[in-house]
Amino acid sequence: MLNVQELKKSVLTAIWFMFLTFPIMVIKVNTINQTVEWHWLRMLYVGVGAFALSFVWRYLIKRKEAGTRKEVEEGEGRVLLTQRLLQEPRLFRPIVALLALFLLIFPFVFSMYQTNIMTTALIYVVVGLGLNIVVGLAGLLDLGYVAFYAVGAYSYALLNLHFGLGFWTVLPIGAGLAFICGIILGFPVLRLRGDYLAIVTLGFGEIIRLVLENWNAFSKGPSGIANIPRPGLFGLDLSLHQSHIYIYYLMIAMAIFTIFAVKRLQNSRIGRAWIALREDEIACQAMGIDKTRTKLSAFALGATWAGMGGVMFAAKTTFINPASFTIWESIIILCVVVLGGMGSIVGVACGAAILILLPEYLRAFSEYRMLIFGVVLVMMMVFRPGGFISEVRQTYEFKGLKPSKN
Amino acid sequence: MAPILDVTQLTMDFGGLRALDSIDFHINEGEIVALIGPNGAGKTTFFNCITGIYAPTRGQVTLQRPRAETVNIKGLKPNQVTEAGMARTFQNIRLFQNMTVLENVMIGRHCRLKAGIPGALLRNRATIAEEEQVIADSYHMLEKIGLSQYVNEFAKNLPYGAQRRLEIARAMATEPFILLLDEPAAGMNAQETQELDDLIIRIREEEGISILLIEHDMKLVMSLSDRIYVVDYGKKIAEGSPAEIKNDPAVIKAYLGEEIDA
Repeated sequence: MLNVQELKKSVLTAIWFMFLTFPIMVIKVNTINQTVEWHWLRMLYVGVGAFALSFVWRYLIKRKEAGTRKEVEEGEGRVLLTQRLLQEPRLFRPIVALLALFLLIFPFVFSMYQTNIMTTALIYVVVGLGLNIVVGLAGLLDLGYVAFYAVGAYSYALLNLHFGLGFWTVLPIGAGLAFICGIILGFPVLRLRGDYLAIVTLGFGEIIRLVLENWNAFSKGPSGIANIPRPGLFGLDLSLHQSHIYIYYLMIAMAIFTIFAVKRLQNSRIGRAWIALREDEIACQAMGIDKTRTKLSAFALGATWAGMGGVMFAAKTTFINPASFTIWESIIILCVVVLGGMGSIVGVACGAAILILLPEYLRAFSEYRMLIFGVVLVMMMVFRPGGFISEVRQTYEFKGLKPSKN
Repeated sequence: MAPILDVTQLTMDFGGLRALDSIDFHINEGEIVALIGPNGAGKTTFFNCITGIYAPTRGQVTLQRPRAETVNIKGLKPNQVTEAGMARTFQNIRLFQNMTVLENVMIGRHCRLKAGIPGALLRNRATIAEEEQVIADSYHMLEKIGLSQYVNEFAKNLPYGAQRRLEIARAMATEPFILLLDEPAAGMNAQETQELDDLIIRIREEEGISILLIEHDMKLVMSLSDRIYVVDYGKKIAEGSPAEIKNDPAVIKAYLGEEIDA
């Protein structure tokens, strides 16, 4: 495989990278002595690095193409290791059991700091699964999803502040308000799809954030709302440590509930309609599916889980302000869904775990976080466009089934 | 006997372009009717107008299900037209590519089912029963159309002819009494076309479904149809039995052009 053509390509890549990184790697202005230092050696490193990496890159691309060709020739999809794992109950069950055990004893084994990170990751699992309904199943690209998260969080903060309502009362109210907001946003965007939908939802998300930031009388503006109570446990007095553990378990329960609900929705009449809408809008309507209702239900249900996640978030951090609900947050949640695997529950859960936990444990590289993040995204889209764990459709058995009529 | 689909004075304008001009059209119960015409004549526009994808500029479209009320379907949405009993296939295959063959047919059953969000979440007895029923019915439908060996395949992995048949199966699953087929034989070889011919006859004989088809394969059209409509430049230029159409000077002119008298 090592011919002149390839070498030439790699050399060009290397030169290109040396050129690109020239301003940041080679030139250094010393502001104290007012001199310019030239780090020529670094340029060499970049060149050699890019040269070597370009070979790896091409090898991976080639392997991928070979795989696709094989797939086409054999007429059946490659079954990936992860998917084999999921489809084999004998392997899948013990893994789930181990994972459950690990999550159950987690707060007693690890520190409170670790438990808190895990709670955050679980919130993202819940919110990600909610967005998965909208983006993964119904195929509606929603960039303003964080708005519903904000609705949930602020409904707990404000209802508690003004009316003294507790966590358990507000949890369904917050979910309900987010549901209603989902419908309100859903109506104007019914006709839109693709890029147009993304832009409008983006605008909606920003509107909510700007309102929260500027309407001081209502939301206390950028200073936010503090002293939001943590959830209570039958009026017991919990120490700080205990209540963190309590929230952790609540979050686990909520994640399980979400997985359970989304799984059921996905394999129901409504879930099938969502996927049909994603696949082909016109054919979907021609098959007798009401586009309006289907889109609205996807938006509203997705928003509901964001609302619940928001209430949970407010209860966990005990302080919220509009800075927690920027567009960046929407993007992270979207990345959880896309990286994990659109339409796949296990995928989204993995996506949340990886995207939230890894940055915490790789604090040493925090300066390069965005860089790594970008590289990972690009690599994923090139090599695994379906996400870590892509969607698996349910298959059915046909034994002893009787048709209703002839 | 009153026609089961009655279209009067149907006109469709796209801006200044008149794509359909005052078309009168009907189908009687149990008929196989073909709509033919040169490329760009307005056949698919006609389909889109009567199935609610376009809103026609003028005209009436009514459906008369045997032993039921007459429904005015002009201005209804596509899903309401399907619910009223008229289902269609598409010229460019529009299957749900990333769903299994069975799921494609199950989507067709959608408008005949009731389960909502609470049912899906609670999975009560009625929902489970309905779900089992829809799986059984859909499987049965696939057996009837001859696709049962592909049940759990993705729709996109099917051979071309099977994809065309799956579109028919999916449309049949909506329990129509009129089936609109938009170029069902396009791209098929002779054997597949013959199978399609048999299938269409069987659908009419066994299910009692009336059929309207757009088709360019004249052999298929002539052998299948009871009546043929010919359109050109949005206008109906002829209607009648296959024998009449074959010898109609207006039709020959539209397809082959006119002799120039010197």
